[in-house]
Amino acid sequence: MTSQVSSPAEQADGADSTLVGEQRKPAGVKDVHRLDRVIIRFAGDSGDGMQLTGDRFTSETASFGNDLSTLPNFPAEIRAPAGTLPGVSSFQLHFADHDILTPGDAPNVLVAMNPAALKANIADVPRGAEIIVNTDEFTKRALQKVGYSASPLDDGSLDGYSLHPVPLTTLTVEALKDFGLTRKEAERSKNMFALGLLSWMYHRPTEGTEKFLKSKFAKKPEIAAANIAAFRAGWNFGETTEDFAVSYEVAPAATAFPTGTYRNISGNLALSYGLVAASQQADLPLFLGSYPITPASDILHELSRHKNFGVRTFQAEDEIAGIGAALGAAFGGSLAVTTTSGPGVALKSETIGLAVSLELPLLILDIQRGGPSTGLPTKTEQADLLQAMFGRNGEAPVPIVAPCTPADCFDAALEAARIALTYRTPVMLLSDGYLANGSEPWRIPDIDELPDLTVQFAQGPNHTLDDGTEVFWPYKRDPQTLARPWAVPGTPGLEHRIGGIEKQDGTGNISYDPANHDFMVRTRQAKIDGIDVPDLEVDDPHEARTLVLGWGSTFGPITAAVRRLRASGESIAQAHLRHLNPFPRNLGAVLKRYDRVVIPEMNLGQLATLVRAKYLVDAHSYNQVNGMPFKAEQLATALKEAIDG
Amino acid sequence: MAETSTEGTGTIEALSLVPKAEAVQSMKDFKSDQEVRWCPGCGDYAILAAVQGFMPELGLAKENIVFVSGIGCSSRFPYYMNTYGMHSIHGRAPAIATGLASSRRDLSVWVVTGDGDALSIGGNHLIHALRRNVNLKILLFNNRIYGLTKGQYSPTSEVGKITKSTPMGSLDAPFNPVSLAIGAEASFVARTIDSDRKHLTQVLREAAAHPGTALVEIYQNCNIFNDGAFDALKDRQQAEEAVIRLEHGQPIRFGADGARGVVRDATTGDLKVVDVTPENESQILVHDAHATSPTTAFALSRLADPDTLHHTPIGVLRSVERPVYDTQMADQLDSAIVQNGKGDLAALLAGGDTWTVVG
Repeated sequence: MTSQVSSPAEQADGADSTLVGEQRKPAGVKDVHRLDRVIIRFAGDSGDGMQLTGDRFTSETASFGNDLSTLPNFPAEIRAPAGTLPGVSSFQLHFADHDILTPGDAPNVLVAMNPAALKANIADVPRGAEIIVNTDEFTKRALQKVGYSASPLDDGSLDGYSLHPVPLTTLTVEALKDFGLTRKEAERSKNMFALGLLSWMYHRPTEGTEKFLKSKFAKKPEIAAANIAAFRAGWNFGETTEDFAVSYEVAPAATAFPTGTYRNISGNLALSYGLVAASQQADLPLFLGSYPITPASDILHELSRHKNFGVRTFQAEDEIAGIGAALGAAFGGSLAVTTTSGPGVALKSETIGLAVSLELPLLILDIQRGGPSTGLPTKTEQADLLQAMFGRNGEAPVPIVAPCTPADCFDAALEAARIALTYRTPVMLLSDGYLANGSEPWRIPDIDELPDLTVQFAQGPNHTLDDGTEVFWPYKRDPQTLARPWAVPGTPGLEHRIGGIEKQDGTGNISYDPANHDFMVRTRQAKIDGIDVPDLEVDDPHEARTLVLGWGSTFGPITAAVRRLRASGESIAQAHLRHLNPFPRNLGAVLKRYDRVVIPEMNLGQLATLVRAKYLVDAHSYNQVNGMPFKAEQLATALKEAIDG
Repeated sequence: MAETSTEGTGTIEALSLVPKAEAVQSMKDFKSDQEVRWCPGCGDYAILAAVQGFMPELGLAKENIVFVSGIGCSSRFPYYMNTYGMHSIHGRAPAIATGLASSRRDLSVWVVTGDGDALSIGGNHLIHALRRNVNLKILLFNNRIYGLTKGQYSPTSEVGKITKSTPMGSLDAPFNPVSLAIGAEASFVARTIDSDRKHLTQVLREAAAHPGTALVEIYQNCNIFNDGAFDALKDRQQAEEAVIRLEHGQPIRFGADGARGVVRDATTGDLKVVDVTPENESQILVHDAHATSPTTAFALSRLADPDTLHHTPIGVLRSVERPVYDTQMADQLDSAIVQNGKGDLAALLAGGDTWTVVG
């Protein structure tokens, strides 16, 4: 297999460690090749169960201990017209015996469940790769539907690929003939047949999938049994058929990971857990006000399952009510959250402004997607940065935190909560569709590693009037953080009224005084500017002249590109921003150390705009807004050009 | 009005989780130190006085009372109450109050809103609060005009209203807030008038005692931009014919000596006003605010003429028991603990398939 070669450029050093995992080895006498990494893409119709197939393969791979990174890619329609190009749904998985950073540029293996899946994906597949097609679906009509005049299986256009024509549907139906299912019912298990075949090819553990199927179809044991039979039939097919002469081993990533217990986790799940953890660490009840929107809804779904943690989830009548209810809960002393995507942020803007004025803690999680307007709901983009930064009337600064990988979403949620609670401010967390749905291994933290987020509510008067009277001033600030006291209803003696009208410094009473307004605007800005954020770390082993600066989910592709460049002898420095507002204090100094600064973004240069404006640095933008994450090779080429000037 | 002090009742189910005041309260306890800044003569003053006068009767710890408002003249209300309060943004008070009330069942949460705030920009939040039946008391000050923006017509203005934004007369048909609330599955709907302190207080009393969302429409005079809008209901002579005072369990009669009454039209099933005679007296409808079906309450709400306000019912049109959202939300949290045990963060994080890397 020419394509399944190792890529030492992506390998990283790691401490010696061993890993406990189990793989299922084929019983036969076929050749076994060792690989260091593999990229597999499952592609089929939206109704073919490709996401589930990918999820299962990922779980098998995770439990075996490989490093991995995934990229689900699916249409916005629940069931797009069958057999069409827009209806194709795919799931790409990159797994390796070492530390990897991206779901991979080009698949080594494409599983195409129909002609549409082949046509939609073949351009990404390099010659030499393996292609497994379900020949049963390559009918004249299905071929015509996607514009094939002749079958690509026969016309030589796939020469140079290692093509495996497999009648997946027929084989599945045959394997299930004793189950008393209709043909249509039996056909639906063909994704499990494909999963079984791929599991054989890559020696994946199988118990997890069988357990999963039993529990998923617990109420329909005959369907569970049929799916398990199809899964096993796929495995056995690989073992016995001559078409598959070789199987592959990818050893666990034993040296890539620090010691600990790991699980696979998606960005949205990590955010959900991060919120529950923040609530526990702050000892405040969690309140989520939300309106369903892709790709954020999974956080609402997940949190609604954890009511035994005191989590209240409120599915509101609209985006505005979602954040409104959250703000009400924040006033009452909850750790309040609203989850949404770009269009929802637009609707919530006025309430975010109110939260800025009320100076109450509130988390706004924006799982960015392609825009403007409805845009590309299921595709990724990071084009809400300027909206997060400036999308409100008046001077309404809001801190911004951005996670950089799916697992990092957990820590980012805790960090956003820390800022919100410490500084009594709404905080924007910018994730995106790629982080939300993608997954990777996560070292499960010990609870005592988590930050202490406990807060002190105001308990009594905090100011003495000239006449000696002790009073409570809701806008008397902490001199260090400039945060105002959080006095929750139910606290005797601290009854106070707050609102969106400008407030007098200290008392919080309505004030239209020009000088007071000027002071309050500057003070609110100073509070956000003064937020304590860690300095930016720069990875620069060779004193490079070019710096690549990123934020958010581009971390994986940028880091992979940097590794490639360094492996080929180039010098490049890398830094990644977690805090977009305020920027780390040393950012300006870091930028000035380099001759060239390149900022790759999945937008038209929003971070570059901020950086250029604030630091007067001639930062160069490298942009892509096609709904997909950057590919490492593409970035490496772009960065090489920047290095060469 | 003398400042009365009354012992808290302490028995109202809707407020059973709200701590009681330690000492007897008076109206003065509920006045904040802020200067009231409504126009002289505004109907809001009367409502504020009635609410401040009524609050001691509830006997609740005032730190556990919260007033939340939107934007508009009426929405300045919270600043004048010496309780916790939030003056929020236009139309959103019911949403904000929903989050507060459903996360803090130990609070008595009141929403103050106006016809523009509640029925135009905030219409969506109002109807959803009503259908959810969160434990909120919504006071809707209806003056049938936009006051704070200086006199445009509102969603309750009569058709043809000449205002700054409608020099040739407004075109859109008005909402009847009571009809709207009943249609939105409200469990408690009442109407009262700013100038009738006694009636207003009685309606507040019943609203406070209601478990769930209570909507109280208060006809309120804007003496600057829509002066006299409710004169037909206030002038002693006219009011006799115009106002239908509803009392649960009583025949619906009004007019001089109860000469007029409401009966059901046998052919259409609708309600109509008739002169009461010995023959039809037994057919006069007896008001049942607790009727399960909202049909008759809705029909009552339709008796009023939107232009002349003749046959305007006031009082509690509907008051029925329905599951309360925040109670059910709390019950779900409790049963989740019964079913799954109290949340264990370490176990949650380590759930699913895991593997271990050892040094």
